[in-house]
Amino acid sequence: MKNRIQLSLFLLPGLLLYVALFVFPTLTGLFYSFTDWDGVSPSYAFVGLDNYKDSLSSIVFRKAFGNNVEFMLTVVIAQTFISLVLALLLVRNTKTRIVLRALYFLPAILSSVSVGLIWAFMYDPSIGLINYGLNEAGMSSMARNWIGDPKIAIYSIAAVQVWAHAGQMMIVFIAGLQGIPAELYEAARMDGGSKWQVFRTVTWPLLAPSATIVVAYTTIQSFKAFDLIFTMTDGGPNYATEILTTYIYHTAFGSYSFGLASAGSMIFLVLLALLTLLQFKALRADRVSY
Amino acid sequence: MFLKWFNRLILLVYALLILVPLYFVFVSSFKTSSNFFISPFSWPDPFTWDNITGMFRNQPMWQYFGNSLVVTLGTVAIELVLSSMIAYAIVRWGGSVGKIVFALFVAGLIVPSQVSMLPIYSLTRTLGWSDSLTGLIVVSAAMLMPVSVFMLTGFMRMLNSEILEAGSMDGANEWRLYTRIALPLAAPSLAATATFLLVMVWNDLLIPMLMLSSKSKLTLPLALMQFRGEYVTNYPMMLTGVLVTAIPMIVLFLLLQRYFVAGLTAGSLKG
Repeated sequence: MKNRIQLSLFLLPGLLLYVALFVFPTLTGLFYSFTDWDGVSPSYAFVGLDNYKDSLSSIVFRKAFGNNVEFMLTVVIAQTFISLVLALLLVRNTKTRIVLRALYFLPAILSSVSVGLIWAFMYDPSIGLINYGLNEAGMSSMARNWIGDPKIAIYSIAAVQVWAHAGQMMIVFIAGLQGIPAELYEAARMDGGSKWQVFRTVTWPLLAPSATIVVAYTTIQSFKAFDLIFTMTDGGPNYATEILTTYIYHTAFGSYSFGLASAGSMIFLVLLALLTLLQFKALRADRVSY
Repeated sequence: MFLKWFNRLILLVYALLILVPLYFVFVSSFKTSSNFFISPFSWPDPFTWDNITGMFRNQPMWQYFGNSLVVTLGTVAIELVLSSMIAYAIVRWGGSVGKIVFALFVAGLIVPSQVSMLPIYSLTRTLGWSDSLTGLIVVSAAMLMPVSVFMLTGFMRMLNSEILEAGSMDGANEWRLYTRIALPLAAPSLAATATFLLVMVWNDLLIPMLMLSSKSKLTLPLALMQFRGEYVTNYPMMLTGVLVTAIPMIVLFLLLQRYFVAGLTAGSLKG
């Protein structure tokens, strides 16, 4: 007994809002990508695929793409490893562990702007705490200009991204670990397995779904990072931390090439869609049943 | 035995890694500039409230707070009402119609705000919604629809459809079923979704940055960006801004930890 007329009314307001202010504008973005619109003047001309050609051949765009991949890989590898280690250490529900879980999770609720400002200060070459600490500890040779040196800036920011989100991913792993039936561990231990063997034969295979979620989420999250980089370096020094999202922003609102920026954002969208598709394939591939 | 201590060491080091930066934000907010530069590691000496009082005196802090609060509560409220109605209709309708509507919203998950920002920016300027908090609320609500519809539909699917069927046999209309049965049963998941959205909207930078321009309209993250320009070398002042912005979220987190964790975890499953 469903009343379809009433249910249609349930759908209407949300659909209207979503289509008018999200679906429709996004489609116009595709339209702008074939024009030379600057974003402000009333007139524009069609330029066909020029914006796409210009984007793909632009040195800055290529550099941004390279940085994007570098940033993503660094964050995915570091964050997955760290969050897994923390989850394994905190999986048992004791008082201390529950407090630690909350503490590790805490940075995830801070805004990227706050996190960016805190770390801009930690990394400051002259008065930043990291260099101050290194100097105090007699390791002055280790001091660096963390976000001012083009060679290491992108890694410094990747570290901050991990600092902010590893705790959140740890929670996903803990949920996965706590879902593994205890009798499987019992059985493995009865067979005389060492800690390492139990991990390899029981924990790891059954953790695969959680690991896929963590990797997929982190991949997409870090591929479309923006706030943190925008706050800390704004793509500098000398494009060392420019990634696709900051490139789109700078092209649209810095040099007022709206058409070009739209083409860039469409290419970015296609890349993101491909990444997501790959992740889904992986998710489907390793469903473990027990 | 060694292993146990090694594990403890890892946990301690990581705890320090989180606590030390936060400790600095806290102590720096109560330090004079000279004390801050001479001994960054120490407890404030002299202990001063000047940064905080100065910030509220020189900046329309309450205004920023109010703006953030209005935008966040407004967006989350609209979002919960509209999305829960859609999720209810999707689950109740089922079949291919339910699938198509669901797919339409989920497709939006893949479009990040960095892509939709350009056309939305030009559309809102055409509509004359620039620099309006109401405009920002409506736009943010539209942009968050995919996430919240996805989350709430997942939760509503777990509802026992037989209860709803029984209710409709008794002659209750859909509105009654939704308000009397579906919503109360889904309350915990609504709370988890609400906290997830709350964190997102409260911390959002990009869309407010594009839509708001006058000083009286800024939200807290935008105000922080502005302090960064104003207090270039005045770190204690900047960190005070960070502290003041973070406190409401941290207090909420301590009070509603369970929902925060559930919400952000469920939110991360949607990618």
